[in-house]
Amino acid sequence: MIRVLNAGLYTSVQDFGRLGNSQYGVPYSGVMDRYSAAMANAILGNAETLAVLEMTLVGAKLLFECDTYICISGADMSPKVNGQSVSINKPIEIRKGQVLSFGKLQRGVRCYLAVLGGFKTEAVLGSQSMYKGVTCLDKISKNDTIDLNLNNSFIVNKNASIKVLDECFDSNVIEVFKGPEFDLLSKNQQSELLQNDFFISKDNNRMAYQLTELLQNNLKPIITSAVLPGTVQLTPSGKLIILMRDCQTTGGYPRVLQLKETAINVLAQKFTGHLIRFKLVLSEF
Amino acid sequence: MSFNLTYKRYGERSILVEWPSVIDEAVLKDIIRFKRVIESIEVKSIVEIKLAYNSLLIIYDSFCRNFENELQVLKACYFSKDFKHDILSNLWKIPVCYDAGFGIDLEAISVEKNLSKESIIKLHSEAIYTVFFIGFLPGFLYLGGLDDTLHMPRKATPRLQIKKGSVAIGGSQTGVYPVASPGGWNIIGNTPVAFFNPKLEVPCFAKPLDKIQFQPISLDEYKGIKLLVEAGVYHLESEVLHD
Repeated sequence: MIRVLNAGLYTSVQDFGRLGNSQYGVPYSGVMDRYSAAMANAILGNAETLAVLEMTLVGAKLLFECDTYICISGADMSPKVNGQSVSINKPIEIRKGQVLSFGKLQRGVRCYLAVLGGFKTEAVLGSQSMYKGVTCLDKISKNDTIDLNLNNSFIVNKNASIKVLDECFDSNVIEVFKGPEFDLLSKNQQSELLQNDFFISKDNNRMAYQLTELLQNNLKPIITSAVLPGTVQLTPSGKLIILMRDCQTTGGYPRVLQLKETAINVLAQKFTGHLIRFKLVLSEF
Repeated sequence: MSFNLTYKRYGERSILVEWPSVIDEAVLKDIIRFKRVIESIEVKSIVEIKLAYNSLLIIYDSFCRNFENELQVLKACYFSKDFKHDILSNLWKIPVCYDAGFGIDLEAISVEKNLSKESIIKLHSEAIYTVFFIGFLPGFLYLGGLDDTLHMPRKATPRLQIKKGSVAIGGSQTGVYPVASPGGWNIIGNTPVAFFNPKLEVPCFAKPLDKIQFQPISLDEYKGIKLLVEAGVYHLESEVLHD
């Protein structure tokens, strides 16, 4: 079991989400950066999609009440065990009574903590991903306790390590496909969208990232239709909204671009004031 | 009847099929028939099919390498004749309390439309609405069939918190907020019935093509039903409809 001494800024349990429940209006949810979460699990020998703790900007402070192995991936928040710095993307042996804490954010936004065997939390509609109105808890709070799956027999390769692709953190290129309504934009709008730089506005969270710069818009709203994480919507006032993992299942704004799945992971490690640029990739192979 | 459909690639692993841009029950029936044919052939790589007013989104488990091939399969499904078109649906009777304590925008609509509150309630509760699909929030039904005289623009400034169960009008639509949420629709009443229960295997009782009718109840009846709903013993009234 883990006792939460401090929850950090926004910490929740997430796996790879709730597929197959869009028909009830239920968002997918799930880890914002699948690449990093899968990395943390893979290094421990867990299934890549197992539930992890997702911490945003400021890490949590956690007391372990059992022996286990953990792995931290994604944003580098200067992790420490009992005050001693530990590496990210490496298995870490944890003894009962040790405290995991985090310090300065070195790079990225979202940090993932995987434990050997995974977290044992409430599963609703096939997923442990926390979402308000679906799971009882929508985030982790101070003094919460989190159960772990027992996994005594498993042997962790203490030297396990995977090369982490730095471009996930360093690149500001967001690879996209044309969205269903892209062709309704004028040539001018299309080139502005694909050539200009955009800043991420302060309105960015697990549901959506809004961009600061407007794109002049004369498109009418569409009849409400399906949207996906990674869909870039254009509002009547010209705002660009990039939907993320907790997004609604349907929407009525034109869908001008669709992020490549790996680009959602890249964006999940960006924050207010960061600059991005869309790059169109071919969708026909 | 066949419609002229367009097929578009949507991201790496989805295909969007679009019907003409109209909101129409005949389109909805055609979409549902198409969805069922696709489901009946059990394509292993299809993980989810999302339905809306005039579209189906077919989501595959991994990158669609052979887009043309997938398209051919879908088109064959659409023109398949052997599928029995037999849609059973339900008419759900939803109790709604239109008391002024709940229907906080009834007065404003009454002034705007020059209609008594009683007439508004009568028009709203006599109509039979069609469920098109569920979206926006878990358990939010997109309903068709609101009487033209009750069309009312959304509020310029959305409210930060709308109560769970609020029955509302937004533009040409009416609906029920299944959970507390911010929103810009005009609130005319409240239902004690739960539209979304994540504890159930099927968390919503209604499905596309079902019908909904609102039944006016008093505040006392509301309180009684609310207690039954909370105890998990309320039985929602419904009728089976045959196509």
